[in-house]
Amino acid sequence: MKIIEFKNTSKSFGPLKVLDGVDLTINTGEVVVLIGPSGSGKSTLLRCINGLEEITGGDLIVDDLSVLGPAKDLRMIRQEAGMVFQQFNLFPQLTALQNVAFGPRKVRGAPKAEAEETARELLAKVGLADKENHLPSELSGGQQQRVAIARSLAIKPKVMLFDEPTSALDPELKQEVLNVMRQLATEGMTMVVVTHEMNFAKQVGTRLIFMEHGKITVDGHPREVIDNPPNERLKDFLQHVE
Amino acid sequence: METDWSVIIKFLPDLIEGTKSTIYITLAGLIGGLIVGAVAGVMRAYGGKILNAIAFIYIEVVRGTPIVVQVMFLYFALPILANIRVDPLNAAILAIVINAGAYIAEIVRGALLSINKGLTEAGLAMGLPHWKVLIYIVGPLAFRRMIPPLGNQFIVSLKDTSLFIVIGVGELTRTGQEIMASNFRAVEIWTAVAVIYLILTGVLTFILRFTEKRMRLL
Repeated sequence: MKIIEFKNTSKSFGPLKVLDGVDLTINTGEVVVLIGPSGSGKSTLLRCINGLEEITGGDLIVDDLSVLGPAKDLRMIRQEAGMVFQQFNLFPQLTALQNVAFGPRKVRGAPKAEAEETARELLAKVGLADKENHLPSELSGGQQQRVAIARSLAIKPKVMLFDEPTSALDPELKQEVLNVMRQLATEGMTMVVVTHEMNFAKQVGTRLIFMEHGKITVDGHPREVIDNPPNERLKDFLQHVE
Repeated sequence: METDWSVIIKFLPDLIEGTKSTIYITLAGLIGGLIVGAVAGVMRAYGGKILNAIAFIYIEVVRGTPIVVQVMFLYFALPILANIRVDPLNAAILAIVINAGAYIAEIVRGALLSINKGLTEAGLAMGLPHWKVLIYIVGPLAFRRMIPPLGNQFIVSLKDTSLFIVIGVGELTRTGQEIMASNFRAVEIWTAVAVIYLILTGVLTFILRFTEKRMRLL
């Protein structure tokens, strides 16, 4: 069942074309890994899905709603597409528990006790049950990112979007975040992940997309594409990220 | 020259009346100013072209003219222009509302814009409408950053009330002036007036320090 559909989608920042007529369909259950050199448009592609970037051409359908629709539709899309950011973006004045409970309370309108129960379960799931009363500033980067993942999951999205979730982390801390993501994938969560973690792509990804100059140039199975790059540019790119 | 500090005791009831009036104008003016400033500041930070332009013009007009001219306009020109009669006390309060509102608007705008854009994106990405992101996330964080510059503005506005002597409001400075005119005890009276202002601004500073300490900057 398709959940995300780019239809000849373009995005320009002034004269700069960041996405150039992208066609792409993502089905439920897929774990799509997006790679590409910086400036290739991979983050923009991701951010268009939940409307953090407005598309300037074509159409983009998420969970049967167009991102070009009314503001209410866009909010519905955002509730179905959780996002995890490179810089975590946890709310600094709230504890880990309050951060995770925030979505259920303010977005879904759940009562406080129920929201906190959901939040506790999710914190336990990402291995941070003992940190619920810590402020983000009292947590390591890896822990903050795991709280951020829990915060997104709390809204019960159908798709999770990851925008370079481990790029701001030490190699050691990356693993704890990747493990949580791996677990999510095993549970069948549909995921779109912008990353440079090739091992993650190989082990967890069901599909690998390589972007250049706002276009998708390679789209295939991660293992096949990585072991046997069909295009010189990708071969070159892979040598640099390994 | 001889000084006679007992005149202060003699005129203390008058000075206290003047002080009450100063406090009243400042408080009422600043409450209004905070509301006007919050609205204009949000218009500047997030408003579309038109709302932004309206707030911008308001701020520029107020910042570009002296407060004495503003209160003179409210008290003397407005009745002629719009046939609205304002008594001196209300003209004074209105002048503080309008004047402080403009400066507070810039404080509010600056604080709102200083909050990491990523937090707004995180809120929006959850499916919250923009105004809720402002109320639940950005606003509370920005408020903490507003306290020091707001304190500064409160003190400026408190002292600005002394300028309303020009429209004859019986505030502290005016009271001092009237006592002086009756007994020419300049040293004693102006010392007393200055000390009262110092006490008022001191109390204000203390309250702000206390609030700032209780709210951690994040």
